[in-house]
Amino acid sequence: MDQRVILQEQVREAYAQSRVLHIQGSGSKAFYGRRVRHGEPLRMRGHQGVVDYEPSELFITLRAGTTLQNLQAQLAEAGQILPFEPPFFGAEATIGGTLACGFSGPRRPYAGSARDYVLGVQLLNGQGEILRFGGQVMKNVAGYDVSRLLVGSLGTLGVLLEVTLKVLPRPEQELTLVQELPMAAAIIQMNQWAAQPLPVSASAWYDNYLYLRLSGAAKAVEAAGRKIGGEVLSAADAFWTDLREQRHGFFQGDASLWRLALAPASPPLPLPEPTLIEWGGGQRWLRGHQDAAALQGVAAKYGGHATLFRGEDASGEVFHPLSPPLLALQQRLKKAFDPRGILNPGRLYAAL
Amino acid sequence: MAGDGGSGQDAFLDALRAALPDDALLIHEEDLHPYECDGLSVLKALPLAVALPHNREQVQAVLKVCEQFGIGVVPRGAGTGLSGGARPSAGAIVLSLARLKQMLAVDTHNRSARVQPGVRNLAISEAVRPLGLYYAPDPSSQIACTIGGNVAENSGGVHCLKYGLTVHNVLALEVLDASGELLHIGSQAPDSPGYDLLALMMGSEGLLGVVTECTLRLLPVPENTLVILAAFSSVVAAADAVSAIIAAGIIPAGLEMMDQLAITAAEDFVHAGYPRDAAAILLCELDGSEAELQVRLHAVENLLEEHGAGSIRIARDAETRLLLWKGRKAAFPAVGRLAPDYYCMDGTIPRKRLAEVLEQIAAWSAEYGLQVANVFHAGDGNLHPLILYDANIDSQLQAAEAFGQRILELCVAVGGSITGEHGVGVEKLDSMCAQFTPAELAQLHRIKAAFDPEGRLNPGKAVPSLHRCAELGAMHVHHGQLPFPELERF
Ligand SMILES: Cc1cc2nc3c(=O)[nH]c(=O)nc-3n(C[C@H](O)[C@H](O)[C@H](O)COP(=O)(O)OP(=O)(O)OC[C@H]3O[C@@H](n4cnc5c(N)ncnc54)[C@H](O)[C@@H]3O)c2cc1C
Repeated sequence: MDQRVILQEQVREAYAQSRVLHIQGSGSKAFYGRRVRHGEPLRMRGHQGVVDYEPSELFITLRAGTTLQNLQAQLAEAGQILPFEPPFFGAEATIGGTLACGFSGPRRPYAGSARDYVLGVQLLNGQGEILRFGGQVMKNVAGYDVSRLLVGSLGTLGVLLEVTLKVLPRPEQELTLVQELPMAAAIIQMNQWAAQPLPVSASAWYDNYLYLRLSGAAKAVEAAGRKIGGEVLSAADAFWTDLREQRHGFFQGDASLWRLALAPASPPLPLPEPTLIEWGGGQRWLRGHQDAAALQGVAAKYGGHATLFRGEDASGEVFHPLSPPLLALQQRLKKAFDPRGILNPGRLYAAL
Repeated sequence: MAGDGGSGQDAFLDALRAALPDDALLIHEEDLHPYECDGLSVLKALPLAVALPHNREQVQAVLKVCEQFGIGVVPRGAGTGLSGGARPSAGAIVLSLARLKQMLAVDTHNRSARVQPGVRNLAISEAVRPLGLYYAPDPSSQIACTIGGNVAENSGGVHCLKYGLTVHNVLALEVLDASGELLHIGSQAPDSPGYDLLALMMGSEGLLGVVTECTLRLLPVPENTLVILAAFSSVVAAADAVSAIIAAGIIPAGLEMMDQLAITAAEDFVHAGYPRDAAAILLCELDGSEAELQVRLHAVENLLEEHGAGSIRIARDAETRLLLWKGRKAAFPAVGRLAPDYYCMDGTIPRKRLAEVLEQIAAWSAEYGLQVANVFHAGDGNLHPLILYDANIDSQLQAAEAFGQRILELCVAVGGSITGEHGVGVEKLDSMCAQFTPAELAQLHRIKAAFDPEGRLNPGKAVPSLHRCAELGAMHVHHGQLPFPELERF
């Protein structure tokens, strides 16, 4: 039987009885968001498979329960990639969960984020209606951009059933260079590179070393590598994968993990904790206990926000507080999709 | 209030006058005419008044007065929109953002520019060029259209194939909602907490909020750029070449196509040096390091030849490149000289269906006896058939509209969309009924209500009422029963 029908039936019933649903992929990202206990599981894993893939059209349409592993294997066969390089955080991670969390990896500042690559979705709203927005073409401005709105909404607006993503050819060559630099100088350097027409595809700084990945046509990568200089990192793929999957040494241990998203050129923050920087300075990780309000204040000062990514007590708020008018607006939006508040309520904010 | 004319209306206009300086309000009929339509000039209506505020505080004041009197507000940039988005709605005022045209700040470290919504698209790239930066989305109307209008339409341009649409190049917005409340959406950081309202604002056609400030992402100007001009003896061969280039894993900076009628028109207009005898030309822009360009150029040339390109010209120097693009960017006005009127369509299709859709359009062109010029963003599968007609000849406008509607239905049928970049506005309300189900439209209306519960921002645009679609559905049935050309549409 079509899984879609089963899922729709379950949402309809939950709606009729105002019962809370807990949307589940493989559970690889259960750590993310607020801790919510109650709710009956809505299992997405059975709803999997590629629906339509046309490498020459640069898109793939797939069911939300398809694993990232499966997706990437299919793309690799045709020499293509998911440009936003999402982290898996688990072998069975699904594309639906990845998009619901809005996660992107090292390529993000240079190629775009998860939402940038979503072309269309099919979803179940909180009344159990199956709706389609967007499509399989690159340009489409018919109706509001619901597809992208759903990315990062943590399942609180709708259940992703099917998604269409834009894909791109795999770069011909990659090269990672390492330079020894203190944090402040590294941030300046990453931003200077980003302001030049160089084929940069990833950057990171940790413990006095700056890592830079170049991707593109072989000749372009070689020329840029000569211009930039530094030591060539061997086993570079493993380095970026470990970083993306948070298996890098920095992420080991139980101390809580905070994520700061900032204007990339922000200087080193006045915080004593160990820091790892990604995304040309735009994404910064901190370990250890933090005073949430103080950290959020610092992040806001640099045009950004702070998230308790892992650890500590996640039963309070874990995301940066919203201004009152934005929170009120988002509550109304939540209602517009899920009038009875049955889809992952409280996972994003207590009030959504 | 709008309907009761007389004293209610006077009280409203008095309140507006009190809220604005003298030079910021137009109420006399002769002053209102320039605002009766946008680039889709067949749809005209006079606004109740036109407000031309100088700053955000005045925009806010206008919104508050309109809220108090329950009056609708139609935001307007430069009025170059092609779907009637800025056309006045019944009983509403036009709120022009054209005077908010300051470039507020350029942040070289973070590669961003903060501008007011009335700044012209091209002015941004011109201003930051000395820093080696530019703003990527470049609609053909870029000398005139405003960044606020670009946000509202999620505009593209010839370079969006590689560098994305407006949605991919805006970092933050300052927005006033229907009641004048200030919202800060997005930031200089890579993402923002909560729902992605920034994405939702893009292409929302002025229905969700009035944009009063934009922070844009700037990109480094590519090291080298070249433009390839390839001539083909058939439209189908050119379309196949487009698919072949993308299928080979090459993403050009731009990949545009023009057919014979468009070529001749552009050539007569700007003398770009296009081959007049070609059935179609492709303009393909490549950028990158010198080494990379060599490799790519070679690959593209081979593909073009394989697909039957008769002649291939390569422009490397800036002057020739700009001349080649000038012909393309001036194509709409150039085609406009061929007939008293033209109707510009905007649909997207999967690239691989290009050839067959173009052939079908040519067949319909013969059937309706109306010429069509094609000039479009081929790499994105974004068609712009320009249907030529003469409004003074009885029934030609109706024929052009019927023809256009058929093209859009074909776009949906082959898996595309009724609008790639020009928006729904008023023009495509009926086509929306073909693309969305009633449940989907109802969802879109609920989103609107979350922002603007009274429905006062750009009323009657972008999303058709369920009622309208239901009536249209009934009309479609009639289509099947009656001979088509004689049928009155309404
Ligand atoms: C010759 C020609 C070529 C074109 N080429 C292209 C092209 O290549 N690509 C493309 O995408 N488009 C193109 N267009 C269409 C048009 O130029 C774009 O849609 C443009 O973005 C409209 O900008 P504008 O300032 O003229 O907006 P307007 O026409 O004034 O308004 C457009 C819409 O935006 C809303 N709006 C305007 N300002 C604001 C604001 N500050 N806040 C909220 N809502 C607002 C209006 O209500 C309306 O719904 C072309 C048009 C012409 C005439």
